[in-house]
Amino acid sequence: MENKILVFLEQRNGIIKRSSFEIASYAYSLSQKLNASIEAITIGNDISNLEETGNYGISKVWHYKNAQLDLYSSSAYKKIISSHIKENGNNLILFSNTSMGKDLSPLIAVISEGALAVDCTKLEIENDTVQVTRPVYAGKAFMTAELKGKVNVITIRPNTFPVTKTSETNAEIEVKNVDELDLSVKVLDVIKSDSKLDVTEADIIVSGGRGLKAPENFKLVEELSQVLGAATGASRAVVDAGWRPHGEQVGQTGKTVSPNLYIALGISGAIQHLAGMRSSKYIVAINKDKDAPIFQVADYGIVGDIFEVVPELINELKKIKGNE
Amino acid sequence: MKFVVCVSYVPDTASKINVSLDGKSIEQAGVTYILNPYDEFAIEEALKLKEKFGGEIDVISLGGDKNKESIQKALAMGADNGILLKDESYRDSMAIASGLAEEIKTSNADVIFFGKQSVDYDNGIIGQLTAELLGYNCVSVVTKLDITDKTVTAEREIEGGKEVITTSLPVVITAQKGLNEPRYASLKGIMAAKKKVIIEKTPSPFQSKVVIEGFTKPAPKQAGKIVGTDATAAAELVRLLKEEAKVI
Repeated sequence: MENKILVFLEQRNGIIKRSSFEIASYAYSLSQKLNASIEAITIGNDISNLEETGNYGISKVWHYKNAQLDLYSSSAYKKIISSHIKENGNNLILFSNTSMGKDLSPLIAVISEGALAVDCTKLEIENDTVQVTRPVYAGKAFMTAELKGKVNVITIRPNTFPVTKTSETNAEIEVKNVDELDLSVKVLDVIKSDSKLDVTEADIIVSGGRGLKAPENFKLVEELSQVLGAATGASRAVVDAGWRPHGEQVGQTGKTVSPNLYIALGISGAIQHLAGMRSSKYIVAINKDKDAPIFQVADYGIVGDIFEVVPELINELKKIKGNE
Repeated sequence: MKFVVCVSYVPDTASKINVSLDGKSIEQAGVTYILNPYDEFAIEEALKLKEKFGGEIDVISLGGDKNKESIQKALAMGADNGILLKDESYRDSMAIASGLAEEIKTSNADVIFFGKQSVDYDNGIIGQLTAELLGYNCVSVVTKLDITDKTVTAEREIEGGKEVITTSLPVVITAQKGLNEPRYASLKGIMAAKKKVIIEKTPSPFQSKVVIEGFTKPAPKQAGKIVGTDATAAAELVRLLKEEAKVI
């Protein structure tokens, strides 16, 4: 069976997200191996970096355009994507496993009567078989499954594959103006949270736990985050105590993350927390209890008082940042 | 108004998860099962709406006899009717959604609630799949819900913020932590729930297109190095992150 891959490029504020370029890069490597055709689709109004998609190996992008599509509408988006798939005969549809990808991909799977696997970290395609690997139980185990749909819809976990530049060429953009919209489910407004960077999208995360002793002490976590350009995370204990918003919670009933660097401050490392962050590439733990489970997954640890170690760490980082 | 809450039965998040020797399944020994934590927010929201508008709440679960425990807990919290769609065999998310949609279609529900994901397979898609199979509107990962007349306004969590969404009934809502504070079942509620009969039905068969081949455990992480035991270690930590790990 010939594979026709379609990559969904997600725009927010008129900019295609990095996680979309990750799947574009990954789809290109797949298409080379399989000799499959590959195209991308995006929905929105003006999009500033759409042509950049060509740099990651996708030469053709369909841009479905309408000023009202700037903000997400699952009802409008699903109809556009599913009729595109039907018209063009795509049989492998890739989304990034973002809040939009996860909301939208099931609707596409139903309409196209396909199979759906979300949050995949590995994909193997040979001849007619499509096999995926994905974390289950918040990463305490991995599941391998075969997808047997005529159309297979897959979402890929952000930060799993690198953005790989393979060419200097811009993509050919085919703009399709959309006149009739189904806006039965429509975003009216987007409210940004106080923390600038979301933990699922950050290269570096600094998280704080009960060891901080009081909510006002989180300024230490925020200060270290700021020096590193990191997102701020939190353990379940401090979220449940109302010190931090739920959006910052890392772990099994919060967010699963895999940044390049995860710094845990005063977090003991309950099994639910470890499940949510253990796939981080490097883990640093600072905790005064040498027996804390967090040290079992940490690459680097300092057994010490966070109120003494962290200010010194901030000083040292400022020194090297100053030299750069 | 008519409400439906779909619930699942999952390993407690404190459980250690081990893979069976043949790699085909998850070891059941030593695993405690509970009502899916996100389903508690779904039940609570249905109860709040019932208090406001009046009506009836059906609780539905698809799975084996053991799932009755989750239904039972929802009934104890205040739901009215329990329905078990009994099927012990494996179903993928689409096949579960298909069974649920078949049942919900007959109930003329206005609002259908799910937890935003089950903490076993962590898919977080059954609500959306069920909505689309029914042709209903859907808002997933909801942290705030307001229903006035037939208009639904919901906030859903996205990366770095929230979307404010408007839609209409009938609607499927998947509940995120933060939507409300789930109540504890009262003793009276627990006693009343025990007297209720959970209706058993057999869902139509549905061919799963996601076929599980096996499970593996992540490679164990090597314990790292302890850089020091006080603030003087900070400089060395920064050097290691810069020169050895190359992450800053």
